[in-house]
Amino acid sequence: MKISELCKLIGATVYAPQDGNAEGEVLGAFASDMMSDVLAFAKNQDVLISGLCNPQTIRTAVMLDMKCILLVRGKVPTPDMITLARSNNIVLMSTKQKMYAVCGVLYANGLGAGEYNG
Amino acid sequence: MNCIHVEFEVPGNNFLSAGSASDSVKSTLKKLGVPSSAVRRVAIAMYEAEINMVIHAGGGRCYADIFDDHIKIVMKDEGNGIENLELAMQEGYSTASDDVRNLGFGAGMGLPNIKTYSDRLKIDTEVGKGTTLTIEVDFD
Repeated sequence: MKISELCKLIGATVYAPQDGNAEGEVLGAFASDMMSDVLAFAKNQDVLISGLCNPQTIRTAVMLDMKCILLVRGKVPTPDMITLARSNNIVLMSTKQKMYAVCGVLYANGLGAGEYNG
Repeated sequence: MNCIHVEFEVPGNNFLSAGSASDSVKSTLKKLGVPSSAVRRVAIAMYEAEINMVIHAGGGRCYADIFDDHIKIVMKDEGNGIENLELAMQEGYSTASDDVRNLGFGAGMGLPNIKTYSDRLKIDTEVGKGTTLTIEVDFD
């Protein structure tokens, strides 16, 4: 799925990159508010869907070479988070929708779960 | 055998910068052409250890020696130490406060994750003195 399509499907606001043009293709997503669980179980997912809104959300995605972070439940990233995402070329977006609904919409439109560790 | 040595101070009270040492080592390994699967294992193991340092030990110091075929990372803190190492190694066991859980950590996966993603892990800990983790990852 193209990140631009993902953005349109869930009506997200893009914070990184700066110009708002979210480019790239993603093949799988992982949804969690616990970063330790993301680090433990994510394997080849490109998208991190989370309600956790702090710099470690970005760091976790960086460590796992993820391409895109989608904040749910209307969380607005801090300037520190936006700077960190932009400097690591990670697409950072936010939606008012809830995590379960977002996962359902994306899954139904072809964005799979990918493989898990453990 | 070639060796690149790097060191980092991990501030104990700065949640924003937590992970920057791991990020730096990850970037260095990528530049050196280390296989991406190994880079990923190093990044996860070191990041978990760095977060542990910040949330449990009030910071510390990281030393990384990058060799041709592996990396050796030493994470040294002077925190409270680990009271029960056997329990701490169990998935899901955590002594973290609710504050730490609100930050997305403290699920009891830190040390188990470090063990899973490293090839060799040594933990020296003494209650009241601190903890030293020696993490080695092979570049296979």
